[in-house]
Amino acid sequence: MHVDPEILRLVAFLVGVIAFAALNAAYLVWLERKEAAHIQRRIGPKEVGPFGLLQPLVDGIKLMTKQLIVPAGVDPVLFKIAPILVMVPAIMSFVAIPFSDTLVARNLDLGLLVIFAFASVNVLGLLLGAWGSRNKYAVISAARVVSQNVAYEIPMLVTVVTLVMISGTMNLSEIVGLQMGGFWHWNILNLAASPLMPVAFLIFFVCMLAETNRAPFDMAEAESELVAGAFTEYSGMGFGVFFMGEYANIVIGASVATILFLGGWDCPFGLFPGVHWFLIKMYFLIFTVIWIRWTFPRTTFYGLLNLSWKILIPISFVNLILTSAMLKVF
Amino acid sequence: MISLFSAEGLAGLLFLGFIGLTLAGAIIATSACSLIRSVAGLALCFLGVAGLYYYLNSPFVALMQILIYVGAVCVTIIFAVMLAESSELKRVTRRNVLVGPLAFLASGLLVWGLVGLAWKTQWHPAIFYVDNWGTVENLGQSLLTIYSMSFELISVVLLVAVVGSLVLARQGRDK
Repeated sequence: MHVDPEILRLVAFLVGVIAFAALNAAYLVWLERKEAAHIQRRIGPKEVGPFGLLQPLVDGIKLMTKQLIVPAGVDPVLFKIAPILVMVPAIMSFVAIPFSDTLVARNLDLGLLVIFAFASVNVLGLLLGAWGSRNKYAVISAARVVSQNVAYEIPMLVTVVTLVMISGTMNLSEIVGLQMGGFWHWNILNLAASPLMPVAFLIFFVCMLAETNRAPFDMAEAESELVAGAFTEYSGMGFGVFFMGEYANIVIGASVATILFLGGWDCPFGLFPGVHWFLIKMYFLIFTVIWIRWTFPRTTFYGLLNLSWKILIPISFVNLILTSAMLKVF
Repeated sequence: MISLFSAEGLAGLLFLGFIGLTLAGAIIATSACSLIRSVAGLALCFLGVAGLYYYLNSPFVALMQILIYVGAVCVTIIFAVMLAESSELKRVTRRNVLVGPLAFLASGLLVWGLVGLAWKTQWHPAIFYVDNWGTVENLGQSLLTIYSMSFELISVVLLVAVVGSLVLARQGRDK
């Protein structure tokens, strides 16, 4: 039987992308536990394998052998669909991310838009799961998720629009291509385009923390107030898939920040650009995300909304106007 | 006969899948017993429509459909339902006997109109269109030149909606 090479390429990338997403999700849990432990002067997982490196696999087996309980009062269809709705868009976003100039599943002209379009489905998954659970903590969490995501999507997208204006393209490979040749070419230091670029990076990073529901903005999970928020009724791998979706989203957020602001696979000194630089930058950002979680306490809900509506949105609009003025004048 | 294991075969299968998604979503949206399931069906329908836009050679519109309709509109509807509906399952009761037949009549008229339109339109193959059809530049230019009137009118509608919701919210606060 003759099989089109295009199909084989499709399958290869599909397997690669899913494996990358799942392995990252598993080993970021390990990183999170190790980092948390060291910040708190503990050792963390150490029994299973060297440095506890096999811990994620054992965790996975444990989650999979547990019974998937569907409580009596829940909406069974929505309850089962929700974890999938969180995980699948996250995996699909990986298709558009260029890891180096040759390593990209699909070099799409609208790559940036693809990622944000699929990222917006994430909220829907959380909402349906929370409402389908018919649990009061889950519903409170769902209300929080929506207001938080609406609030932080605006400054994030405005910042991204600013960057698209500077680059003149939504193709992620081209955006990186414009930043090649050392760290002074990166968008974060592109002071000629807008003197507020480092601030724009900060806004993007804070919004990414909020969009992925990470501390200090983890109002959706808030285990000390809401048990486990939207995930209260989930057990076994249902919970596990939500968890993996969260880490996959963090990887995507860090990758997009790397591509937009930190020059993607470019080397800071102009030597040997390649996929290793992309991974170094991405994992450094993820390390910072975890570092922030275990350093700062959770904010209040009003503090969270005030930060977005009163500080981040005005600054991002100022940046947008300033950038468009600079682009037209110079 | 195109093989299923070729790029064209898979693309055709995917196209049929998107049509199926759209229809299934629409049926779920109109016939589900709980409002939240209807919204989930609506989201499914929007996803299918986004896929159809992609096959119509306008990926930008397809992605915007996902970003706005699935990511924003559906989420807002669910949020409104959460605030309005009590947690017990409510069955939608039919108020009038005439509602069913009238609904069928109205949708029948709509179908008749659309089928008539599709029949009378002269369809062209995709090669007929220029290369940059459906690109962001082309869309932006036509929105601000040929379709500027509709563009402005839509923004007026949105403005009215924003002002109206602000007035309503303000009134609620005084009580």
